[in-house]
Amino acid sequence: MSFELKIRHSKFNILKASVFLACLSPLGLLALDAFRDNLGANPIEVITRSVGTWTLVFLLITLSVTPLRKLSGWNSLIKFRRMLGLFAFFYGALHFTTYIWLDQFFDLQGIVKDVMKRPFITVGFASFVLLIPLAITSTSGMIRRLGKRWQQLHRLVYGIAVGGVVHFLWLVKADITQPVVYGTILALLLTYRLLAAWSHRPRVAVRPQAHAAMPGERL
Amino acid sequence: MLIKKPSDLRSLEITDKSLYMDRRKFIRSASVSLVGLAAGGSSLLRFTEETSAGVKLDGVRKSSLSTTETLNSPKDITTYNNFYEFGTDKYSPAQNAKSLIPRPWTLVVDGEVKRAKRFDIDELLKLSPLEERIYRLRCVEGWSMVIPWIGFPVSGLIKQVEPTSKAKFLELTTLLDPKQMPGQKSGVLDWPYVEGLRLDEAMHPLTILGVGLYGEVLPNQNGAPIRIVVPWKYGFKSVKSIVRIRFVEQQPMTAWMKATPSEYGFYSNVNPEVDHPRWSQARERRIGEFTKRKTLMFNGYADQVAQLYQGMDLRKYF
Repeated sequence: MSFELKIRHSKFNILKASVFLACLSPLGLLALDAFRDNLGANPIEVITRSVGTWTLVFLLITLSVTPLRKLSGWNSLIKFRRMLGLFAFFYGALHFTTYIWLDQFFDLQGIVKDVMKRPFITVGFASFVLLIPLAITSTSGMIRRLGKRWQQLHRLVYGIAVGGVVHFLWLVKADITQPVVYGTILALLLTYRLLAAWSHRPRVAVRPQAHAAMPGERL
Repeated sequence: MLIKKPSDLRSLEITDKSLYMDRRKFIRSASVSLVGLAAGGSSLLRFTEETSAGVKLDGVRKSSLSTTETLNSPKDITTYNNFYEFGTDKYSPAQNAKSLIPRPWTLVVDGEVKRAKRFDIDELLKLSPLEERIYRLRCVEGWSMVIPWIGFPVSGLIKQVEPTSKAKFLELTTLLDPKQMPGQKSGVLDWPYVEGLRLDEAMHPLTILGVGLYGEVLPNQNGAPIRIVVPWKYGFKSVKSIVRIRFVEQQPMTAWMKATPSEYGFYSNVNPEVDHPRWSQARERRIGEFTKRKTLMFNGYADQVAQLYQGMDLRKYF
């Protein structure tokens, strides 16, 4: 029995390691393209946009874990959520770094002015700053220590994701296709949560007779 | 929307457009294959593949109006383009612009002029001596390039048609043909792309009609076969693939003013002190450089053009 457990355990580790590598691959491909001088005429723009987009993608993937878990019944998906969330933070930190370094060249005054004056930067900046406490409190120790408050704190991620989409929407010149696609996915993920919360609302007056058949249960 | 009087309509526009375009395509492919057969060589086949880019322009003069700054590479200039008719991504036009047929091409010049005229592209090439003009190009998005254009001053064309006393502005229009310009199937902008200039801006010696780049015929993604280049204004003022120049009395409505009136004004002069509502215009990244450089007033052409805007509040007339 212990042997079987061991195998299952190692299988899981291989899976986890594969997901980890997959999450790292966008950066790897970007680095490869940079090395091959394959980033086009404006490589800094490509790098900034790419890591920014991946931040948003990882935020959305992270927010998909719970709905996917509930819909598929595959509960071990939850074991990947922390890693996915931390990758959102990782790509966000890279995006933030390209801004501070390659766009502003550490000009603190310029950065402050930008954050105050440009709504798209204000929103992007705030969203990244709010990701920091979530990353810091992602350890098992912190989860234990914070108890109920951990979940309350980590609900910030909804606002952060909305901020990410708004940041994207406000920076494009005319073609809003991409931010609208991300916004739609986010809206679906948030709607799922609203529906789930609604179907689990305390019902005192009328007790449903066929509880198991309630559609909200398997949402 | 432009509502035309019947007297403004020309036979070309009455002919069903798709019929007309198919005829063009047929003539082109027929002549190209004939030429290809006759030549049997690779040089002319290259012509067919890349439409007309790659063909040398002869007898091009140097100009004292050129900058001596380091040029951007042909690759940078031909692969990093804002040409929404071929997609909103800057790398799309280089891939998608093959569908444009730059020859034969007619430019209609009409409106408040004594002698309205239709110019064939080859006629235009002989209108004035061709000059190389190495200009800075500053995009409203905050990047810039140095580009060796080939062209001739717009003033040469304007003199040919003799504007009337009512002509105060020029309205410049890009081709409208979603078959050739697939980006026009999307509603990103209200097609066709329209831009405008004041008559004195168009008459300025720096303002040219561009027909070439790096000694060769203009590649499709750069606005073949004919575009305008106004180096002291943001790049979007420099209309590509022009089919019509209309002289008008009232300031024309432009594509970007229609799309976002609060962000794009008629003048759009490069000005480091007047920001885009959403981003700063104080600095720019010269393509190929790592750090950013300061943006210059009128893109560095203040000595030549500042007098055009004397007494104007450039924050109001952005």
